[in-house]
Amino acid sequence: MTLALAVDISLTLLVLAVAGWIIAVRDTFAAVIGFVAYGLLLALIWVRLAAPDVALTEAAIGGGLTGALLIGAAGRLRKTEAATRAEYPGVLIRTLAAILAVTVAAALAVGVLALPDPAPTLAPAAVASLATTGVGNPVTAVLLAFRSMDTLLEAIVVLLALLGVWSLAPDRAWGGYPGPRHHADPDGILAYLARFLPPIGIIVGLYIFWIGADLPGGKFQGATILAAMWLLVIEAGLADTPPISRTWLRVLLVIGPLVFIAIGFAGSITAGAVLAYPEGYAKPLIVAIEIALMPTLVLTLALLVAGTPQRMPPQ
Amino acid sequence: MPHSLSTQDVTSPGGLLLVLAVLIPFIGVLAGMILGGRGAQRVAFAILAAGLAIAIAIADALVQSGDTVVYILGDWAPPLGVALRADGLAVIMLLAIAVVIGGIGVYARGDFGTPPGVREARAPLMFWLLLLAVWGSLNLVFVSGDLFTLYVALELLTFAGVPLVSLGGQPETLRSALRYLLYALFGSVLYLLGAVLLYGAYGTLDILLLAARVHPEPVTWAAAALMTVGLLAKTALFPLHLWLPPAHAGAPAAASAVLSGLVIKGSWFLAVRLWLDVFAGVVTLPSAQMLAALGAAAILVGNIVALRQARLKLLIAYSTVAQIGYLFLMFPLAAGLAAAQIDSTAAVNGGMLQAISHATAKAAMFMAAGLIYTTLGHDRIADLRGAARALPMTLLAFALGGASLIGLPPSGGFLAKWLLVSAAITTAQWWWVLVMLVGGLLTSAYVFIVVVRAMAPAPEGWTPRARVPHYQQVAVLALALCSFLLGMAAFCPVDVARIGRAVVPEIGWP
Repeated sequence: MTLALAVDISLTLLVLAVAGWIIAVRDTFAAVIGFVAYGLLLALIWVRLAAPDVALTEAAIGGGLTGALLIGAAGRLRKTEAATRAEYPGVLIRTLAAILAVTVAAALAVGVLALPDPAPTLAPAAVASLATTGVGNPVTAVLLAFRSMDTLLEAIVVLLALLGVWSLAPDRAWGGYPGPRHHADPDGILAYLARFLPPIGIIVGLYIFWIGADLPGGKFQGATILAAMWLLVIEAGLADTPPISRTWLRVLLVIGPLVFIAIGFAGSITAGAVLAYPEGYAKPLIVAIEIALMPTLVLTLALLVAGTPQRMPPQ
Repeated sequence: MPHSLSTQDVTSPGGLLLVLAVLIPFIGVLAGMILGGRGAQRVAFAILAAGLAIAIAIADALVQSGDTVVYILGDWAPPLGVALRADGLAVIMLLAIAVVIGGIGVYARGDFGTPPGVREARAPLMFWLLLLAVWGSLNLVFVSGDLFTLYVALELLTFAGVPLVSLGGQPETLRSALRYLLYALFGSVLYLLGAVLLYGAYGTLDILLLAARVHPEPVTWAAAALMTVGLLAKTALFPLHLWLPPAHAGAPAAASAVLSGLVIKGSWFLAVRLWLDVFAGVVTLPSAQMLAALGAAAILVGNIVALRQARLKLLIAYSTVAQIGYLFLMFPLAAGLAAAQIDSTAAVNGGMLQAISHATAKAAMFMAAGLIYTTLGHDRIADLRGAARALPMTLLAFALGGASLIGLPPSGGFLAKWLLVSAAITTAQWWWVLVMLVGGLLTSAYVFIVVVRAMAPAPEGWTPRARVPHYQQVAVLALALCSFLLGMAAFCPVDVARIGRAVVPEIGWP
């Protein structure tokens, strides 16, 4: 047995064990921590499958951002958790859920095992067309050239999710500050970290964003790191969330998709099709779209974690 | 290959209109976020008009060319790139949704105006942004030619639809919204798993290319089953309907109209697209029978439970559960016709007409219930007396919408059920006829009860709790009339639904 195989087998077993534990454990907070660990383990598996772009995304979004959202939710549910134990589903529901899960897993297993070998793939076609896009990372070419419509619409999905969170605000707090005002010991470890980490985090985030054009990385992963830095400063009480009625905030929230759409429609004049790039200008336009998407993604991701507006807007 | 869909795959004249139909509503969402408050409402109205014009222009392009309208995004042809395609079915839905959204928009002006003295309020801003988002998402569902883009469309539809449920801000609606969200996400995940399996097996996500490549084998069956179940959960077909009544009944009237009339049609249309265009040679007649059996159960259960409701909005919501059932009767009927080497367009047209007449009728009925609620201060069916005197036009609209649900001529519901019934008789599947007859009887019972109660004279000295604007009543009546007169579509000189779908008698069905 080679070392690589041993690593793969233990990773697989570990992921299965953590997944089982997430389901079995009764305490919400423990399950959430398990989920974060699960996301990070999955990221390692993607590395082993030679898919570093997916690994980075899984770690940033699946482990990091989703983890932060779930930790926030678990914290809010703490007080009522004991009361909801009474509503814990009975044996019948749990058995049905288990049967459903096993059926889906079996259908997937049948499908995956029956897949042709080698599986048909568009990867060679994507690599062959890479030169016309000017970028070096085929994943970026898929996201911002071949299938850029999907990326544009996904950015709008995230924005709609934020609107969904805001729609839960109490009417009196509409336009106000999202989340509670945080106060931390100014000499404590949190305040220290909030001063020390952001300069490093911002550079790492921007680097991951910038190399995304040619190497694994990209705007989503970079934006998650930047959002995390901003949230750290907010949690440490060094800054407050902006009121959601601020025009600059609204503009930055929509600037990414708007620039994306504008460049997309310009393509119908300059390059013959919506979302096409004129020859030789593909890379600068792709970078322009990514730069415009950055503030949108950083703000949306951070404000999703910050939560609903709940404090009065300034008069 | 059973269906010879149009094979041209280059951008066609008018193709750019498809991009506009999808992106213009989303541009409205983005612009509305910046402008806020009344600005968002003004943007929404401008886009309601522009969107209707675009839908008409697309229909014109389709009829002029007599073939599917196509747009190749970014000039990257599938399988590497993504194509937008609008055949007859898509164009009919684009048009119908544009009309219904317009009607709902006019009505909602009364309920979701920003109150004076405030720059921006939560519910109005959210409503106008989400209305546009629902529209863009639905248009994408209709015209997208790619399974992953369709997944994005389903996600957009989910995140635009769910917040509408709890727009009123009452705590109990949060529970319904969350349940809806869980069902919808469960459906999305199953759909995505199926799409991934198909890509793994055939190396493309493009609907046309897939249709040419899929063949009956375990992986295709697994994918078809996963995607179908996912879409059924989103469409709320019995027994996956439990989320629907509280969600649709708890939302504000205009939001209920959007959810019940429009949003569920998106996932239904995608199921039709998959079964007719992608899996035509893969799915079997017994599986189509099973879908219709669930539909039949929905018709019976939904209608009986609707009869037992004490509140008008819940009655209408359960009636939606039943009407969704009719939407799934078309599958074995189309299959049966095709197996008998007869043109299956009649059954497909029946299903489409059912979707459109329900969209118009149900939007009108939910909004009528909203006006009744405002006027009486409640929607208890037992205490509806006086409603007809205060709101004669609205009650007429409710009755016309109800007539369409029952299937009285000349309504759209009549033509839809007539097409389905004749397809059932032609293919000797008489049991579906029985289901439709019983369903019609039950529907007429509860529509009758509501109308009779509302016609009862008001008690002495009774005055309406509040007056409702005239234009709201007109909007409701206009939508109800659309549904009631939709049966006239039988006289339409062009069979729009067939364009781009030269259906040849197929032999793929066992």
